[in-house]
Amino acid sequence: MREMIVSELSQAVQELAKGFAHYLPRLIVMLILAFAGWVVAYVVKAILRSILRLIKFDRLSENAGASQLLTKAALPSATEVVSRFVFWVVWFGFILIGVSVLGILGLQEQIGKFFFFLPRLFIALLILFFGLLAASFFSRAALLAAVNANVPSPRVLSLGVRSIIIVFVLSIVFEELGIAEETMLVAFGIGFGALMLGLAIAFGIGGRDLARRFLERRFVHPKKDENEDEFSPL
Amino acid sequence: MRLAEETFLTDDFVRQLSNVGEVDILVGLPTHNNAKTIGSIVKTIQSGILRWFPRERAVIINADGGSRDGTPELVTGISIDDVRRGSDLHALRTLHSISTKYAPSPASQAALRTILSAAELLQAKACIVMSPESCSVEGEWISRLLQPIRNDGFDLVTPTYRRHKFEGLLITNLLYPMIRALYGLRIREPYAHEFGFSGRLASEFLSQNSWDDGAGGSGIELRFTLAAIRAGHPICQSFLGQKDHVEQRGSDLVPALRETVGPLFSALEPDFQVWSAVAGSQPLPTIGPDHEVLLDPVRVNRKRLRAMFSAGVAELTTVFQSILSPPTLAGLQKVAQSGEDDFEYSAELWVKTVYEFATSYHKSVINRDHIIQALAPLFRGRVLAFLIEHRNGSAEDVENAIESLCLEFERLKPYLLQMWKSRE
Repeated sequence: MREMIVSELSQAVQELAKGFAHYLPRLIVMLILAFAGWVVAYVVKAILRSILRLIKFDRLSENAGASQLLTKAALPSATEVVSRFVFWVVWFGFILIGVSVLGILGLQEQIGKFFFFLPRLFIALLILFFGLLAASFFSRAALLAAVNANVPSPRVLSLGVRSIIIVFVLSIVFEELGIAEETMLVAFGIGFGALMLGLAIAFGIGGRDLARRFLERRFVHPKKDENEDEFSPL
Repeated sequence: MRLAEETFLTDDFVRQLSNVGEVDILVGLPTHNNAKTIGSIVKTIQSGILRWFPRERAVIINADGGSRDGTPELVTGISIDDVRRGSDLHALRTLHSISTKYAPSPASQAALRTILSAAELLQAKACIVMSPESCSVEGEWISRLLQPIRNDGFDLVTPTYRRHKFEGLLITNLLYPMIRALYGLRIREPYAHEFGFSGRLASEFLSQNSWDDGAGGSGIELRFTLAAIRAGHPICQSFLGQKDHVEQRGSDLVPALRETVGPLFSALEPDFQVWSAVAGSQPLPTIGPDHEVLLDPVRVNRKRLRAMFSAGVAELTTVFQSILSPPTLAGLQKVAQSGEDDFEYSAELWVKTVYEFATSYHKSVINRDHIIQALAPLFRGRVLAFLIEHRNGSAEDVENAIESLCLEFERLKPYLLQMWKSRE
């Protein structure tokens, strides 16, 4: 009885040792890959950071309004955030390659999905960044035009332009990422429709006087006092 | 003539120019739907040429931007006999009038390019460009703009006018003092629609100017003046008389800023070596007075100006944070909050505002057109301060104020240089 127990135990230990010996090289390969990945990710991060500083990415991000969002969230500068993000993506990619070497069943497919997802993630981030840039540009253009045309509540107009563009950009980003596509489509449709309806009602009810004044200005001769300060600047 | 200019002009126009041959004098008339005024202007030009230059070979070139009111036909249809009849003027040479449509829509750059190309092709010795909108043109203007080129060897003649003290405030409060401080020349009207130039300057500008820079050609007249300064051409001023236009364009402040301040700010970049080395300023040789001021009483809607300035400062704070330094922005906010009685947008604050805008334009801190647009409400504030200060001011008071503003621009030039070099 005792011999049997010892024999079973030694067999189990031997199998464990065999299994460990079988996995040990793979584990070492994984660790090497993880370390190499860290080095590569670090180098990529350093190069990317230099490039972003060279092209003044922080200013671009400031123009896009992304810097304000980062500041509010107590995050570092846009250059730093992008560099760190790329560092983690690269390192995580290497770690996943290392894990795939271990040959754990079921994990291979998930890792494949991750690498398939990466390009879409980058495109989505690119769309988001340029979308924010466009939103900032057009909202500022609307603000300046409204201020110079003496339109009441120019900031509301500017915010409206920004919101419409951001909603539109977010819907594209979610579609690109494949996250709740149908839900996003329906939500966008409802949100955009509601916004347009709201604007139509607001302009219809609140803009009657404005429309009347506009039509008067357009088709009726302006009153004298409206042109009192109309000196030629040139 | 270079190939680029030959291909730019239409075949029919080149054929008409070839028929004219060489000329001594060329008068350029850029038009677009100016039927109301063009007839009398062409007659005045013709009588001016007959009276002052009867022996010269002359041509009137009408560069039309797609008029639909028959303006080109009016230009070419006016016979020299109409001018001779009822006067003692006699033509010793044929006076040609040629009209060409350079584009289906008006563009000042294409119009001037057409006129300069024609001047080069005809080897004109002296040229002038006349505004088709002026309703106060006199025959003597032709002589005053051409004589300094024909007789005194000047390459550019800019006009000076008799103006109301509150007319042309963008010129008196920004263009004139800034160009004076930066380039060292006291040109009262750097952005003129009537000016004279030599054939030499026309050819030089034609070959050196970047005609396809994407700027849409706004402010080409100012770029022409700056090019003459940059190249060190002899420049003088000539007094024309009262400046009067058919349509006042007072409300078009943003387009006016785009046509003038935009080209000035963008010229500072390539001209840095020129203007950074200039200290002080020199007066220009001037035929007649260098300015005359009208003091007719006028009603001004100060409340509207004030409201637009204050609203601009309040609403555009985020934009100004990108353009202006914190002390200047704080100064503007203080002015915007002050009452009408103590409203004062000082010369120093205005000069710093303009210089910081120029630096931000150079650094492209935001879109450049947005920077120009953002200047509009602040300019309104400066106009308001000027109106309040000189409501009852004499011509001398106004001139003294402009002179002291010019000196302030010159005094603070090191501030611009410092910001230009250091600001991130």
